[in-house]
Amino acid sequence: MRRVVITGAGTINPLGHSVSETFEAFREGRCGIGELDIRDVDRLSIRIGGQVKGYDPETRFNRQQLALYDRFTQFTLIAGEEAIRQSGLEFSGHLAAEAGVVLGTSGGGLNTQDENYRVVYEEGKNRVHPFVVPKLMNNAAASHLSMTFNLKGPSFTVATACASSNHAMGQAFWLIRGGAATVMITGGSESMLCFGGVKAWEGLRVMSKDACRPFSANRNGMVQGEGAGVFVFEEYEHAKARGATILAEVVGFSMTSDAEDIVMPSTQGAARAIQGALKDAGIPAEKVGYINAHGTGTAANDKTECAAVARVFGHHADRVMISSTKSMHGHLIGGTGAVELLACIMALKDGVIAPTIGYEEPDPECALDVVPNVARDAKVDYVLSNAFAFGGSNAVIALKRA
Amino acid sequence: MSEHVRQKVVGIVAEQAVLQPSDIRMDQSLEDLGIDSMALVEAIFSIEEAFDIQVPFNANEPDKSEFDISSVGAIVAAVERLVAEQSG
Repeated sequence: MRRVVITGAGTINPLGHSVSETFEAFREGRCGIGELDIRDVDRLSIRIGGQVKGYDPETRFNRQQLALYDRFTQFTLIAGEEAIRQSGLEFSGHLAAEAGVVLGTSGGGLNTQDENYRVVYEEGKNRVHPFVVPKLMNNAAASHLSMTFNLKGPSFTVATACASSNHAMGQAFWLIRGGAATVMITGGSESMLCFGGVKAWEGLRVMSKDACRPFSANRNGMVQGEGAGVFVFEEYEHAKARGATILAEVVGFSMTSDAEDIVMPSTQGAARAIQGALKDAGIPAEKVGYINAHGTGTAANDKTECAAVARVFGHHADRVMISSTKSMHGHLIGGTGAVELLACIMALKDGVIAPTIGYEEPDPECALDVVPNVARDAKVDYVLSNAFAFGGSNAVIALKRA
Repeated sequence: MSEHVRQKVVGIVAEQAVLQPSDIRMDQSLEDLGIDSMALVEAIFSIEEAFDIQVPFNANEPDKSEFDISSVGAIVAAVERLVAEQSG
């Protein structure tokens, strides 16, 4: 069976505009969540989020590009450029034909929709910019990556709410392992922090007004974030032959469906996905040293996720470290699994486990080692990254130290 | 005023419980009526719309919310208080 390795990583998220800045924030347990700076924030009851700060689109892209790039596409291209640069790959000839892109997003060009609905409904205009459709479509980011870097193989987008990125990276893994591609650019992006995006989430009444505190007994909901994480997945022999630096190996993936409820998570669905990823990787649970949790900070997710981990890991559940970096960058929805995979790579490559910050009170229903508040040095050989989405879609990825 | 609030709240609760308003008693809990967390969030939205009020409610900590949902009667009383506080 063909093996799949990660040879490049890139990101822009509330913790930094690069992988190194993000790793530094993870190590320091720094929080990227703050007061939202968006139009009409005074009409929102939820006024915090993990926004990408210090970012000026006009310094990165020209006017013609910005007419076509929604914020989620901008984030994707910035992260993609960093990842591909690190990999050292250039796509031409055979390699271009054997390279593709699969990305996750939930809202796609939501800022573009929000702005243009305002124009026609609120301002009463009868004309919108000609590129609204190609700017807002969910596959815009994947297609612009393909066009920018000459990726001529499969290029598509996966939308499964909060599991989108993990599902996308799972498809990339399968495409390479199955022989349909040699290199896949993969990950995800999200930019929902606009008035309409936050307003819709407010309605569900699951958002926190002050902080994201996963696994803490006093947690009171999730906090939204924005940004992108993009990776270069490459067939192992190809990477080895060209002497590429390997960040980690992708060894297992599993996706399951709860088939129960559109928003309430299920222990059985999550447990089957975790079990499936271990089985696909061919390893016993005891080999896993770290789990990057879905850990949204809602009452429902965190206790269900801990129960699922306890069910699969048995006695080893007391020894495995599990942390939620959403406490620092917020919930990037369709992009979240991609940014969280960075914490997995950091654990394997640097031997540093990112903490769950904001942890204040133990919850007997989340009685695992959640690496509270402070990063920890630990050598781990295998890690898992969990994503459990609205719709009952679960996706778990297993990585191995290179 | 009070009768008006009660009738409207009972109507909203009855709709979520798929019952007739006459079947709803003030001492019943939402659990008794088979109202789950999704139906509760919808009922609160309907209450906000019907009375033009803001209801402080976080589904992550329903017990800590200032809005008492322990019984239909408690909800009626809480809505009356919010209407009084937020009117004008």
